[in-house]
Amino acid sequence: MLRSLIHLAATDPGELKSGLKAVGYGLAAIGPGIGIGYLVGQSVQAMARQPEMAGNVRTTMFLGIAFAEALALIGFVLYFI
Amino acid sequence: MNLVVGELLPNINELFEWKGIFAEHTILEFNKTALMAMVSTVICILFFWLGGRRQALVPVGMQNVAEAGYEIIEENISIAAMGEDGRNWTPFFATIFFWIFFINIWSVIPGIQFPATSRLAIPLFLALMSWATFIVTGFVKQGPKYFFSNINPTGVPFALKFLVVPIEFFSKYLVRPFSLAVRLFANMTAGHVLLAIFAIMTNELLIVRSSGLYQVLFAPLPFLGLVAFTGFELLVAVLQAYIFTILTAVYVNESVHPEH
Repeated sequence: MLRSLIHLAATDPGELKSGLKAVGYGLAAIGPGIGIGYLVGQSVQAMARQPEMAGNVRTTMFLGIAFAEALALIGFVLYFI
Repeated sequence: MNLVVGELLPNINELFEWKGIFAEHTILEFNKTALMAMVSTVICILFFWLGGRRQALVPVGMQNVAEAGYEIIEENISIAAMGEDGRNWTPFFATIFFWIFFINIWSVIPGIQFPATSRLAIPLFLALMSWATFIVTGFVKQGPKYFFSNINPTGVPFALKFLVVPIEFFSKYLVRPFSLAVRLFANMTAGHVLLAIFAIMTNELLIVRSSGLYQVLFAPLPFLGLVAFTGFELLVAVLQAYIFTILTAVYVNESVHPEH
């Protein structure tokens, strides 16, 4: 696999750049994936412990998801730049 | 390896760059993006104007819908983020929410499946407007010391302030407009690209090369993906409008009610 990568770098740098951009997005999506999963899990637990606060918790959950997802989407947009 | 996919999928810019309808090649070129933004503006205006014409005490019809929409914003965005003071800010938040919603929703309506917020101009200027709003509000409500007390949180030991204050400055004054703009822009762009890819694949399997059992057997797969992601895109359209508005509300709340 390393040999084919070096061959690709030597002959077709445009395609290698696209490949690296895709790998970059994949790596960028790990963090937000874990973050959002943990966040939603904790908020489900909070809603189960105290059902009367469910509305408040849900609002804060959406806020947190927006922040975490923004990072994943910046990674996605950089694929096209 | 890329050749097969390369001849199937066009350049990504073809999904977003439209020919001008008139005034082409000038700075005031009017293309589909500008058209959809203007159509959404007219729909917003009509929605609330028709809703507010009769002003009956017990709302029916269009008035009911408009009042319900306004009340949703007031309860879940203004009061949730700002408390009772939020009632004064509800018209502003309702404007932002409904404008972004009516622009985003075009991405799933058949015939014109294009969200104008997938071009950076509209999210950028909305984010700049939010940014200017919360900074000017903070300056008006708290005076010139706002610029320093904003980035100087209480309860931080003096030695750590050298680390915290630059981070807060960077985060509050530079990253906020950028992240607001990019969040809306990237969500809409990604959804549009995804729907276009599923549609192209269904087209290729079902219509263009429709000879053979193989294609017809596998054609339902991208089609089901298209249906599912259209539903998801509808959710994302509403959610991104909501998130933009509630983040603006939270930032304005920080300016109006400084944390002690």
